[in-house]
Parts: sequence; structure tokens; C-alpha cells
Amino acid sequence: MKVARTWAVALVGAEGECVEVEADLSNQQPDFRIIGLPDKALGESVQRVHNACANTGTPLTRRRLTVNLSPASLPKQGSGFDVAIAVASLATETSMDAASVASAVHIGELGLDGRLRPVPGVLPAVVAARRAGHRRVVVPHANGPEASLVDGVEVLAAVNLAQVIAWHGGDVEVTDDEPVALADDEEAPEPSLDLAEVIGQRDAVEALVVAAAGGHHLLMCGPPGAGKTMLARRLPGILPELDDRAALAAASIRSLAGSRVVELSRTPPFVAPHHSASVAALVGGGSRVVRPGAIARASEGVLFLDEAGEFAASALDALRQPLESGAITIDRAGAHAEYPARFQLVLATNPCPCGDYGIRGGTCTCPPAAIRRYLGRLSGPLLDRMDIELTLTRVAVAQRGAGPTVSTESARAQVADARARASHRLAETPWKVNADVPGTWLREGPAAPSPVVRRPLDAALHRGALTLRAYDRVLRVAWSLADIEGRAQLGAEHVGRALYLKKGIAL
Amino acid sequence: MPRPRVRAPALARDDAGMAHKDVLGRAGEDRAARYFEAQGFTVLARNWRCRDGEIDLVVADRSAVVVVEVKTRRDEGFGHPFEAIDARKRGRLWRLSIAWASAHRELVQGRRLRIDAVGLIGADPRTARLEHLVDVEVP
Repeated sequence: MKVARTWAVALVGAEGECVEVEADLSNQQPDFRIIGLPDKALGESVQRVHNACANTGTPLTRRRLTVNLSPASLPKQGSGFDVAIAVASLATETSMDAASVASAVHIGELGLDGRLRPVPGVLPAVVAARRAGHRRVVVPHANGPEASLVDGVEVLAAVNLAQVIAWHGGDVEVTDDEPVALADDEEAPEPSLDLAEVIGQRDAVEALVVAAAGGHHLLMCGPPGAGKTMLARRLPGILPELDDRAALAAASIRSLAGSRVVELSRTPPFVAPHHSASVAALVGGGSRVVRPGAIARASEGVLFLDEAGEFAASALDALRQPLESGAITIDRAGAHAEYPARFQLVLATNPCPCGDYGIRGGTCTCPPAAIRRYLGRLSGPLLDRMDIELTLTRVAVAQRGAGPTVSTESARAQVADARARASHRLAETPWKVNADVPGTWLREGPAAPSPVVRRPLDAALHRGALTLRAYDRVLRVAWSLADIEGRAQLGAEHVGRALYLKKGIAL
Repeated sequence: MPRPRVRAPALARDDAGMAHKDVLGRAGEDRAARYFEAQGFTVLARNWRCRDGEIDLVVADRSAVVVVEVKTRRDEGFGHPFEAIDARKRGRLWRLSIAWASAHRELVQGRRLRIDAVGLIGADPRTARLEHLVDVEVP
């Protein structure tokens, strides 16, 4: 055979694109070249494949091999093409089942000894292969459990190249090698945090449940020691478990970020970047290889920015567009990547640098300019996108012994009930939680509130206290409050309470 | 870039004073000449020298004049014979071919000029494995 073909996957952002790897054998001096916009790591594949094939007992041909990665105009990165290149190259000469080779997708890096080494991003790659209609996938042994998470794909988790050749019907001696393991970075399981540990702060706990029920963004402002971080860390615990699609999306991003993925975690991700994070660290980026940022890793879960006032204003404002669209598109000279950004934002901040501004019993020592500068980091457009703005106070001594408030278990049940009611109401629509529902549907859809119920909102809008976007956000929160109470209709009390949660406006 | 001059180690020689490697090379060229003759080519020249170097073999049939580079190796310990025909060597072969063709215009006579490579692997060139590359590409 002169030309052999097989498949690999190039990752562009969180999406994979199938790449046809074709190898041509021409009767010329020994030479081995790869064309089709490879980067440096992929270009060096020449050496790895050459030695891996020799050490497997099937040396490459002593003629000219040209390997083309098609579509040729798509830039390709990384070492995950090694196995596909090796198999296509060997198939030009070695007897292998051509149909088997041409139908399989190969993902993995080769060591010089011929063993397959794990690569990041196997899960999204296998998902892409499955979507493109491929049913047979070869992955490195250590990535086997990850690839098996995708249904309807026959996975060969190969230890070495000889196994792959034998799988395609080639005649080669398969040796028993020690599989190359993933770097052992297994994270310690998160200690279970219970909401009952939060003392006092009944209003805040209630607001947290509302935020969880509707998927609303939450801003917490309060003095040090009021329990802002404590509350935020307990939010994933009361969120409902991820469904299949969301769990797969979250696991894909973890895989792309190079984390170990062995099972579909149903717990919503919780990402809390430090306040020194740059714009690129938050939204993702990089000069040539585009990597997912904190908002992509928090997709389907919670992004918690503690000490939000200490973040660079530019970093915070970069969140505005993904907050609205639920996705982030990153453009670079050589690459264009799209990542999901369907996260719930939780901001925590002090009211001023010393933390005592406006707190009963506290004495603020900050100059007025410092206070303005501190809260000025949170720009108007960003604050406008927050659904719930919560002001916390210090816990009074009297509340310390007042007994537990709400446990995580009961809060989660409340949230699950509310979400079930919301999804029942939204059954005819493409949306699932209140936070997703567009304003037009809220204002003019079948469940639109009556003018009487709407009156306080309209008044605030006319006064200029609310923007139209904030108007819609208040309506969404009001629906979450109604869902928690088990009402099928929006009442004036829900709108009033939502307005209070958004603006601190009491009726 | 000029290659640094390295003094070659003393070569093993036979009774007539010929180095073993040259004996092997000559035997390989004999084998290649017979191979081309068996295919209907006529040998036009052997070991043609000029200032730039030497051509191992020139053969011709009705349509083509073929300049042949013969590489003989006892085994593949130092790599395949064709690996020794690198871009530099191919460039030189092409210059030599042009030089030969201009010195023997009457022999070329409108036939195509091309370069072939013959690789021989085995201790005895008369029985060694013969590989033949037709129309080697010149960079």
C-alpha cells in the first residue's frame, strides 16, 4: 500500500475537530516529514515515532514518508498525534487491516520505547470523535477510564504501540510493558461543609438558598469575620447534582486543563482564584496555545471571587461579556477558541480597605478617597449584572448560642423543590433555571406578572433606581422566591423581597 | 559550510595495496553494472572522474541516460546505504551528471538524463540484497 489513512483529533478550545492523518510512501531516499501546520511539539513527533517504531520491532520504511494532517490549514498543537502518525506510517508497508486503521481514531503521545503516554484533553477529543461518527478509539492506557465516559465508543486503552498494531491485525510481538501512569495529582476530597455551621446570618443563608434555586449571581458585602467566605464555600453543597451533559462539559474542561479525570463528578465545580489573577487567568488565553481560564473551569458551577475589591478592575470587567452570553471566545493571531462560561458568580468584598465602613459598632479609619477607590473597582456595569446584593453585618453575641439555622441537607431539598417547580413552569421553553430566562419572556410571556404586582418595579424604573436589565434580574429573583415558597404565581411580596435583595430598597 | 579536515585512520589493505573498503565498493559497482545490463541497459562509462568528483556508473537505454550512484554496505550497523545519499551528495551528483553530459554530448543525444541510486547490503556484493531507487529527486 502506498497511501494509508487514519484519524486523530485536534483540540480548538473546548471543541475537538477530527483530523485525517495520511501517510504516503514514495520511492526516494529515506526521509520522514510531517506537513499540515504542526507546532514544535508535533514537529518533533518525527523523532519519537521513528524511535518508537524501531523499538517496537517494526522499524519505519527506508524510503520517503510524507505525513499530511488534513485539514491542512488548521493549526495543530501538541504531542497527541504521535500514535496516529505512527500507525498511518507503518500501515503504508506493514500488513494491517486497512479498514480497521482507516476507521479508528488514535490519541496519544509516544515514548521512545514505544509506550503510549497520557495526554490532556482526551475526554473532549473522544466526544468530538463520537460526534463525527467514529466508533473506535485508541487512547493511552492511563486515559482509558476517561475515554470510557463517552457512550457508544469502543475504546482500546493501549499500553504500547505493539498492542495497537496487533489490534489492527498486524503481525508483531506484543510485550508486557508497565503502563505509563498519569501524574499522581489526585486532589484530596473536599471536606464536607455544612450550612448549619453558619451561626446567625439568617438573611444571608436565605439569600444563598435563593441564589442556588435560581442560579443567580450574588454579591456579598460585609466586614471581616462576618462569614462571607464561609457562606460562599457552602454554595456548591446546596446546588443540585449536575446532569449528564453538564457533568461531561465540566469534566471536559478539567481534562483540558490537565487534571486527572477518571469519573464524571456530579458535584458542581467551585473555583476561587486569588485576587492577583490576570485577565488571561480569568477568561483564558495564552500566546499560541489557548488554555481555559478560571471562568471556563467554573462552568456549570460557582466562580467565587473573594476580596473582589482587590482584583484588578480590568480583570473584573472582563467577566461582563461572558456573564451575559454564557460563553467566552478568545481570539489570538493563530487560534480562535471558544469555551463554555455558564457559571454562577459569587463576589465577596469588604465595604472599605479597613472593613469597618458603615458597620454598626465599627470605626472606619479609611480616608474617603480610599473607600471610593476600593468600591470603585466594582464597576457599575458589573454590579448591574449581580442579581442579589447582600449586606452582611457582624454576628451579634446573642446569636451565637441561638442554635443551628438551616442544614445543607434541608437547604438542598428546598433548592431541588424550587428548581423542579421552575423547570415545570419552563417546560415548554428551552430554559431550565430562572437565571436563564430572557427578560421578554418574563415581562410578556405566559407567566408575566399583573400590573399590580409589577408596580413597585415600574416605580423604581421610572425613578431611575433600576436599569431595564436590573428590572429583569429582579423579576428572575422574584420567581425564585415564589418557587421556594411553592407559589405558581408571582406575588407583590416576592417582587418586594427581590427588590430588597437587589437594591436594599425596602417597600 | 566547509567540513573540518579530519585525518583518516589507517585503512586495512589487501596484498595489492588496495583498501578493503574500495574492494567492496568496486565489487558492488560490478554487481550494479551487471544488474543494469540484465535489464537491457548498456554501460557507457565507469568511474568517470572530473575535478568535482567521480561518477560510479553511467548506463543508457533507448530513452534515458542514467547516472548511477552505487552504495555498498556490509550491514545496516551504520544505517541504510540510501541514508548516506544526503542532499549535499545529491546536489554534487547532479553537477557531475551535467559535467558528464556536456563532455559526452554525442552519447546523450536527446535522451533524458536522470540519476538512480543502487544500494547493496551484504558481506558479499555478488549475493547481497540489491535495492534500486529510480529517478532520485535533486533538491
